[in-house]
Amino acid sequence: MMRAKTAAGQAQPSALAKKKSIWKNKSNWELLLLCLPALIGYIVFNYVSMGAALVIPFKDYKFSQGIFGSEWCGLENFKWILTSTSMSRVLRNTILYGAWFMIVGPVVNMTIALLLFEIRNRKALKTYQTIITFPNFMSMVIVGYVVYALLSPKTGLFNQVLTFFGQPPTDMYMEPGRWPVILTLVNLWKGVGMGSMMYFASLMGIDTSLYEAAELDGANRFQAMLHISIPHLIPLVCIFTIMGAGSLINGNFDLFYIIPRDTSILYETTDILNTYVYRALSNGSYAMGATVGLIQSAVGMLLVVGANLIVRKISPENSMF
Amino acid sequence: MEVRKVERKSLFPVFLHLFFILMSACFVLPLVVVISASFTSEEWLNAGHGLSLIPHEFTTAAYQAVFSNSERIIRAYGVTITQAFLGTALSCVIAGMAAYALSRSNFQFRKVLTGVIFFTMLFSAGMIPTYIIYSKYYGISNTFWIYILPGMAGGAWYTMVFRTFFKSLPESLFESAHLDGASELTIFFRIVVPLSTPVFASVGFMILVAKWNDYTTSMIYIRDEDLYTLQYLLQRMMDEAKFLKSLSQSVIGNITLNTHNTPSETLRYAMCVVAAGPMLLIFPFFQKYFSQGLTIGAVKG
Repeated sequence: MMRAKTAAGQAQPSALAKKKSIWKNKSNWELLLLCLPALIGYIVFNYVSMGAALVIPFKDYKFSQGIFGSEWCGLENFKWILTSTSMSRVLRNTILYGAWFMIVGPVVNMTIALLLFEIRNRKALKTYQTIITFPNFMSMVIVGYVVYALLSPKTGLFNQVLTFFGQPPTDMYMEPGRWPVILTLVNLWKGVGMGSMMYFASLMGIDTSLYEAAELDGANRFQAMLHISIPHLIPLVCIFTIMGAGSLINGNFDLFYIIPRDTSILYETTDILNTYVYRALSNGSYAMGATVGLIQSAVGMLLVVGANLIVRKISPENSMF
Repeated sequence: MEVRKVERKSLFPVFLHLFFILMSACFVLPLVVVISASFTSEEWLNAGHGLSLIPHEFTTAAYQAVFSNSERIIRAYGVTITQAFLGTALSCVIAGMAAYALSRSNFQFRKVLTGVIFFTMLFSAGMIPTYIIYSKYYGISNTFWIYILPGMAGGAWYTMVFRTFFKSLPESLFESAHLDGASELTIFFRIVVPLSTPVFASVGFMILVAKWNDYTTSMIYIRDEDLYTLQYLLQRMMDEAKFLKSLSQSVIGNITLNTHNTPSETLRYAMCVVAAGPMLLIFPFFQKYFSQGLTIGAVKG
């Protein structure tokens, strides 16, 4: 039966190939048609603005005159940014927070996932997971309210705890020194549920016979974690690091804008490039903001491509593209 | 030796559970404080007392204030629901169609188009050029369309998630449909979509949550208060004492009260609960779609 079929197929190869190529061609255009709405969307709403992003930084942009009407001004905007006094502070904050979050995020998420993986009681596990994932579904605005309820100088819970222990109350919204800690905690609070869930899902995919074998060989829980679980998570860590490499220069706007409530006293430790660009937009200094944005995008892209290149050199199977 | 081993075995889970119970408390208690704050009387707070886990001088005055002037909130709910569901549906269809084409190995423009879409993940225009193009050249700022159109393609990441899933469908399925004379469009809607409900549910839910929680679009593009999303309305309330005052003054209406008696601080929290509550009760039930989508996406594309 099988043999008869292949024999028949070989008997008339030219006719079949012809039929197949026409079929392929038609299907090709149909598939292009399926892509068309998305393509139009990306061109109209992404690529056109990207084009503008490449031009505006070199212009003395006036909103009324538009992109074409505004005068070219060479590298004036770039020079202005280099001499701007707040730039070094903003840049320092962006990079330090970016690097810090890139380390502390995966470490905490992975630790929580590994600990969750040790829980044998299914019901308890589900409960813990649901509770710590809760903030992921909240908007940063609501998280802002929650943080305010805790830190508000007059009514906040935190100050009451301080007074209870005989400490003088402090107004956190006046003390920039505390904010690296606060922002780190808020960021972890909001992200750890989902972050750990990714690692957890990956752990669930490990063949359980590996652990059984390890136990037979006399390995304890910690050793099994060290030699089976953690190596299994390396590919995920690589992908997240590559994708997150751009965050070194592109901070989380929501976190840094909403949580400190845009308080200028706190800018020393809470102002990052993204909030800086937003302020440029609301001040109407479009060209300056666009220049900072272009630098951010360009450096961000280089970071992602660079991180991918490094990962590809070390372990090609873990690279992203 | 034997005894020690048994002891260790029984103690580790106890510490583990203790750790997670404490951690869970850190997640639940702050929310309890907000809810308790919304039921606390304003006088209590004005007298210099602080918030706590249990409301002092329990009152629903703040909620009465919110509901007696609920027009704003209802409108914001309307805007939020419409833009979130409409935008999600559109994104799912458009991104799904494109991802299906990109998943087919016989599609000649596959590589080029994947590049075009993937590049938007690497490089972005930034806030200001985007604002200039959308508002000055397209004229869609301060209209409802700003919520729908810019994100209609669904974004590169979700397209990749769809594509990864579609690639796992058996090729023979499409071939036999072709032999029956079905067009690609028919194949997508009649065969691929029904087989891919899990991935549509996951991606759809993720986009929905993002759109529901969006406040930046309103903040950047919308001037007309009637077009604010719920989250931005909340943000405005947090930001501006004036905005809050105008709200509570219209609440009191003709009853003469001095401003001290208007529940401004507790009103904030009541508003927060009303705005956030319903969805926060619903979202966790759909959590599994979220984690599913994330794991599909984490497969190398």
